[in-house]
Amino acid sequence: MARVYSVLAASWLLGAVAIDAGAAALPRKLASSVERLKAVGPEGQGNAAAQAAWNEVAKAKASQIPELLVAMDGANDYALNWMRAAIETAVQRESAAGAKLSLKSLEVLLRDTRHHARGRRLAFELIQKLDASRAQALLPEFLQDPGSELRREAVAQLMARAAGQTNAAKASAVTTYRQALGFSREADQIEDIAKRLQDLGDKVDLAKTFGWVAKWQLIGPFDNAGEVGFAKVYPPEERLDLKAELAGKSGPVKWFPYETRSEYGLVDFNQAISSLKGVAGYATAEFWSDSARSAQVRLGCKNGWKIWVNGTLVFGRDEYHRSAEIDQYRMPVSLKAGKNILLVKCTQNEQTQDWAKEWEFQLRVTDEQGTPIVSTR
Amino acid sequence: MKLSLLLTAALTAIAPLGAADWTQFRGPNGDGLSSETGVPVRMEPSSLTWSIALPGRGLSSPLILGDKVFVTAGSGARQDRLHVLCFRVTDGALLWERQFWATGRTMTHEKIGAATPTPASDGKAIYAIFSSNDCVALDLDGRLLWFRGLGRDYPNASNSLGMSSSLVVVDGVVVAMVENDSESFTAGLDARTGVNRWKLDRPKKANWTSPVVFKSPGQPNRVLLQSALGVTAVEPTTGKIAWDITEGASTVPSLVVSQGRLVIPANGITVVEPGAGDAKPKSIWRSAQLRPGTASPVVVGGRLLTLNDGGILTCADAQDGKRMWQLRLKGSFSATPVVAGGHLYCVSEDGRVQVVDPSKAEGTVVSELALEQTVIGTPSIAAGSLFVRSDSRLVRLGGTALR
Repeated sequence: MARVYSVLAASWLLGAVAIDAGAAALPRKLASSVERLKAVGPEGQGNAAAQAAWNEVAKAKASQIPELLVAMDGANDYALNWMRAAIETAVQRESAAGAKLSLKSLEVLLRDTRHHARGRRLAFELIQKLDASRAQALLPEFLQDPGSELRREAVAQLMARAAGQTNAAKASAVTTYRQALGFSREADQIEDIAKRLQDLGDKVDLAKTFGWVAKWQLIGPFDNAGEVGFAKVYPPEERLDLKAELAGKSGPVKWFPYETRSEYGLVDFNQAISSLKGVAGYATAEFWSDSARSAQVRLGCKNGWKIWVNGTLVFGRDEYHRSAEIDQYRMPVSLKAGKNILLVKCTQNEQTQDWAKEWEFQLRVTDEQGTPIVSTR
Repeated sequence: MKLSLLLTAALTAIAPLGAADWTQFRGPNGDGLSSETGVPVRMEPSSLTWSIALPGRGLSSPLILGDKVFVTAGSGARQDRLHVLCFRVTDGALLWERQFWATGRTMTHEKIGAATPTPASDGKAIYAIFSSNDCVALDLDGRLLWFRGLGRDYPNASNSLGMSSSLVVVDGVVVAMVENDSESFTAGLDARTGVNRWKLDRPKKANWTSPVVFKSPGQPNRVLLQSALGVTAVEPTTGKIAWDITEGASTVPSLVVSQGRLVIPANGITVVEPGAGDAKPKSIWRSAQLRPGTASPVVVGGRLLTLNDGGILTCADAQDGKRMWQLRLKGSFSATPVVAGGHLYCVSEDGRVQVVDPSKAEGTVVSELALEQTVIGTPSIAAGSLFVRSDSRLVRLGGTALR
């Protein structure tokens, strides 16, 4: 671990020095074309202008590729794709013509985490094409990378090393898998590592690893016959009063405490209330933060749902019983310093198939990379 | 470089002239039929002209335009890397590849993935859409014409089991069915810029069918949208509804147009015939005995064929729906059969290509070839060949190999 930190620190410094020393502005025409690519937006906004600009950017020379990767900084998700396609086209043409990309420049850019994760990822892929073994050698530097793609690949490399140790040295394999677990932020990778550790006799506390919000107050059922309850505003959406007795679907209902013991953090209304159809339930939790900060609320749910943070609706979705997975929906939110209030509405429809029984959700709060943020109280 | 350019020029020069292109899901007319000749009837190991590894999974059919094969793929643990690839027909050499980051949700059922819908082409560009509802237009040399993130623009437009509706392009409009349980719509995108020409609210119900272009002599083109509610015909340039049938229809296999009639997977099979001037279609016949599975129906030589997921191929008289014969094929099926030279090419999920002669009193399997790869997507026909895309490879069967 210490070695990783020192490598990271050294590489950041190297990157910073090189960027400061080597930054060369793009020619005006090329820079202007890049700006037009970066001006694209929702619903095809800017597409017509971007088309001609793309042809200009795609003509870039090999020596201009690092600067184009830097120019991906600040691009929106649409523009990143325009940029990527142009850069790859330019690289393909330049490579076919025998022009060399500067491995050194790409490495400098790759290591500088101030740049956009997507631009850095593309730099890594270009390095892979130039020198696959060099790319592999660089990977351990990205075990804590802010970019999920680089980080995932670095963790995968560590997992492969652990797998190679399994037969020869069980203790070493456990240590390496534990390292990988500490760095991993992707749910499927975490589950895979946990299974491999279990096979080696080392049990992983998945609930703690994922960091679910486990303690809730629940209330329900309210009516959702004909799926009308999804849109209907029930009292908890207007005013949260945990002492109130409310008119439910079949009589008065009250809030009650609920703590999930599931290693997957499932808040199960069927178990907590009753197995019902055409109903809606609410769950609320206090979430304490030491500071005001940005975060993500990550939800898995195969019912209809809405989420409010501090009284503000974040998102909702009325799809029923298609599928659910960990971190299925990732929603950026702002947490206040101190107490924050999470409110989840979870609606069950009237399907009767065996695969339509679930009335539940799982929720965690994380940073942008998926590192769990746990309530401080 | 000079050598490769010369080689490319030489190969372009020897590409078959006048060969029928395969421009969309189920071919140029969206009916699974190809006018191509010389596709091997007797499939055997030597029929394999080339087989190349793909960088990702997929179910989309390859498109073939002249000497180029285009195919989409999805990669990454979350299927969030989207690929459009162009290969040379003659030898399978990669001509170009473009990659994109998905901007919409990529979660799908494990059987499908990002590259489930088939692209479409108007001969000038390739229009590709993915399960994430990212839609991209590239010219035939890989130049990006436009990009749309329909799942980003409309954030509740997704299906947690995945989206599969293929594109059609007609009258300068790319029609994308983004129909799902939540933010459900079909959009007509300007083929030149990708901006919305129209956007039509659609039933809030998951839908995996693909649009079909209905062409009728002397009549304006219509795009047929099949859903759980039935079939809706819209004007391609405006999205205005011309007529609709509201008796329900399947949300998996798609209708096929044959001899001016619509063969609809609805209550088994329902056949209707649209009238002139957007008159509401009249019912011709209906049969509950002809129930297709995932594969869409196909009509060849006056015979209607449906294939269920278990491999039962049922043949009926296309005029009245009277059942003629049934044939059990080997394996499970998701791919729609395609037709060349009067023969049906059926590919099972375990990659067994089975060539069926449907023209006799009983259907017969003429030949079969085990590719030993998972094949969920519908094959394509062009250049005297059958192109099969498996979960990991693009395979050309028949045609002339580069020697």
